Amino acid sequence: MADGSHLPSANRRDVLAGAGLVLSFAIAGKAGAAEAGGAGGKLNAYVRVAPDNSVTIVAKNPEVGQGIKTMLPMLIAEELDVDWAQVRTEQAKNDFATYGRQFAGGSMATPLHWDELRRVGAAARMMLVAAAAQGWGVPATECTTAAGVVHHAGSKRKATYGSLATKAASVTVPDLKTVPLKDAKDYKIIGKPLRQVDTDAIVTGKPLFGIDVVVPGMLFATFEKAPVFGAKVASADLAAAKGVKGVRDAFVVEGGTVLDGLLPGVAVVADNWWAARKARDKLNIRWAEHPTASQSSAAFAAQALALSKAAPGKTERNDGDVDAALKGAAKTVEAAYAYPFISHANLEPQNCTAHFKDGKVEIWAPTQNPEPGRQLVAKTLGVAPDDITIHMIRGGGGFGRRLMNDYMVEAVWISKQVGAPVKLLWTREDDMRHDFYRPAGWHFLKGGVDAAGEIVGWHDHFVTLGENGTPARSAGMSPTEFPARFLTNYRYDLSMVPCGVPTGPLRAPGSNAISFVVQSFIDELAHAAGADPVAFRLKLLGDKPMVGEPPSGYAAGRMAAVVKLAAEKSGWGRKLPKGSGLGVAFHYSHLGYFAEVVEVAVAADGAIKVVKVWVAADVGRQVINPFGALNQIEGSVLDGLSGALHQKITIENGAAVESNFTDYPLMRINEAPPIETHFIKSDNSPTGLGEPALPPIVPALCNAIFAATGKRIRQLPIDTAMLKSG
Amino acid sequence: MAFKLNVNGKTLSADVDGDTPLLWVLRDTLGILGPKYGCGVAQCGACTVHVDGAPMRSCAIPVEGLGAAKIVTIEGVGAGAVGKKVQQAWSELDVAQCGYCQAGQIMSATALLTEKPKPTDADIDEAMAGNICRCATYTRIRAAIKLASGQKTEA
Repeated sequence: MADGSHLPSANRRDVLAGAGLVLSFAIAGKAGAAEAGGAGGKLNAYVRVAPDNSVTIVAKNPEVGQGIKTMLPMLIAEELDVDWAQVRTEQAKNDFATYGRQFAGGSMATPLHWDELRRVGAAARMMLVAAAAQGWGVPATECTTAAGVVHHAGSKRKATYGSLATKAASVTVPDLKTVPLKDAKDYKIIGKPLRQVDTDAIVTGKPLFGIDVVVPGMLFATFEKAPVFGAKVASADLAAAKGVKGVRDAFVVEGGTVLDGLLPGVAVVADNWWAARKARDKLNIRWAEHPTASQSSAAFAAQALALSKAAPGKTERNDGDVDAALKGAAKTVEAAYAYPFISHANLEPQNCTAHFKDGKVEIWAPTQNPEPGRQLVAKTLGVAPDDITIHMIRGGGGFGRRLMNDYMVEAVWISKQVGAPVKLLWTREDDMRHDFYRPAGWHFLKGGVDAAGEIVGWHDHFVTLGENGTPARSAGMSPTEFPARFLTNYRYDLSMVPCGVPTGPLRAPGSNAISFVVQSFIDELAHAAGADPVAFRLKLLGDKPMVGEPPSGYAAGRMAAVVKLAAEKSGWGRKLPKGSGLGVAFHYSHLGYFAEVVEVAVAADGAIKVVKVWVAADVGRQVINPFGALNQIEGSVLDGLSGALHQKITIENGAAVESNFTDYPLMRINEAPPIETHFIKSDNSPTGLGEPALPPIVPALCNAIFAATGKRIRQLPIDTAMLKSG
Repeated sequence: MAFKLNVNGKTLSADVDGDTPLLWVLRDTLGILGPKYGCGVAQCGACTVHVDGAPMRSCAIPVEGLGAAKIVTIEGVGAGAVGKKVQQAWSELDVAQCGYCQAGQIMSATALLTEKPKPTDADIDEAMAGNICRCATYTRIRAAIKLASGQKTEA
């Protein structure tokens, strides 16, 4: 059993007929160690070199628009020392035994693979060099490589990797732990802006997505579930649906009670999706009574307010004496912040194609998290996990929604029932009404500043959704969340409102809401202290480079540096016309340090125009693919703005009210401001970019609105009616 | 009933109900998978195709009303000079993140540039506001339209 301190050498090599070298490496690294079930050493990567010198690199993780199918192979290709033009990438199947955990979440792909996959590439290169050196009878140390060719300068010989591949397969595999890696100054691929490997297929409309999967003999399905999450089917007019032309079957799925499993509903299966969709309208489903049928957003908020006035359920952190500190403060501020449920709204609605045949299952799924899907399918249908094959298909957006696999188990169940391959596609309305929403939450804050303008006390009574002392999924807040540890007197109390609404991770879970609360309230305290919001923040961050210990340590110095850079680039302090303002915020999440400044102009009717955004980011010493990195940052910024300006899922009578882009608007191009991004290349290992740019943008916007109007936004989405000045 | 459709310069036959939206005829009956389903109510633009040159939301057009109209999808738009240029610009700037909306974006952008070869920012806002990009690649979409039109973009 590997203990993580050793990287065992490769335990398998294969020479495929005609395919040249195939390398598999066992790597016991962080990815393996972090995996539940601890399977020990795992085969994590493949490199295939063909006789024609083309190189195939397997992309192990699911692609949902984060660019990982390009970025992970770049790491291998760099150290393999090939020309990127030689490289073809191939999407891996879900294969836990070979690749370890394959998922798109937590902006983790960069920190988990930065070291490992470069070592995989470097080891393969060493083997190819060794093969050449043996053949020429020269020391391997005299050989160099470039663009997929081994050179020996002394004898002026060279050989392509393709010509060496078969021989290289018999070379002893080097120890991955000690394999030498390139100096960053020699990088030819890492750090270069590369287009996504699928870009040309995207712009020419090639079938790439889950919704595009075609399997011979495939039928099309729709599945209607209760608006009240988890309610059972009382009755449905199946005969009416079956009477629609093209419909093959309509049936009730009993389902279970676990909200992220197979839920009750009615399936309609047809020769084409439109027929199934039309037939669904004839089902006239009556849903059974359900215990959560009376829950509502308004009632959750009322409960939260009531709880805020009572003793908390528990105290998560209590440093110093907050009550005494606030009593002695020169000025105190009290504020109640609230944020709603929001939906992921992937533009590609949830879908999955599945074929259940003879006790075995084949699945084509746009999922961010295939392995738990396999386990869910195995458990629900009583199939052995090894009898399930999952093809990871490009997803039309992820944002955390596809970490869940409810659509997968539905597709498999329906396929089993009809005895044919089935493509299940949700309607937009299904998608919006059956999400795992970003949980709503309420923070009741008290803070105080002294005469010198320092924060002397901070008290947050956080009322979240949850039961029995456990927050609902993605509804928690860490006791080390900023500004904990930065203040002498800090208390964080926690109470919970029981909730039967499914919740889950949405891009920068937790942080996407907490940042709004914390960074807005810091602004309130800065204003109370009569201090400049940037200077006030820098004072709060202090002069220690690191606060706390790893892994939860907070690099205050890195954060101060990005705050200063964002302020400088935005021209912080410059004079702006009436109705305009600059707002600043920072947030640390997913190992990334981000500060952002928003310039906003608020019209007399309250309409908000985001004029420009400045981003300062520290994700370590190396941005692997600047093209992808900027796209992720810009997308995160606009995603956050879109949510703050527009988005809210309202629960009424136990169900989501909003159902499509008519009542749940997403940002459109006319609202998108220019974004200027600057990186600080600090001496830290590179970290991910799928999420950490999002959290600061929401409070930066709200703080800018305050600077422009004097009105404080304490509730999302922003109500422009309260900003009217005319 | 059987409908004859002119798609990407070819006459194709589809035996479907007359109220079937063009999107589903293209996707499920004809196997033309470029146009995407996003909302079903002409709000997101992922299904955008050209009908006699105009950008239309194929999810909201019943097939029975099309007659002999010339339908062009993302699969065929590159046959035209403007469409080709737009696709190249999209590729060069690597506009896409997930890419799901981009077929629709390219169809709308091609229609815009066909009508207005040098669009202003306001023209772009107006022509492209019907196309949602959930990944919010809007800054690159704007830049790609400028690039395809031979106009300089601000740094």
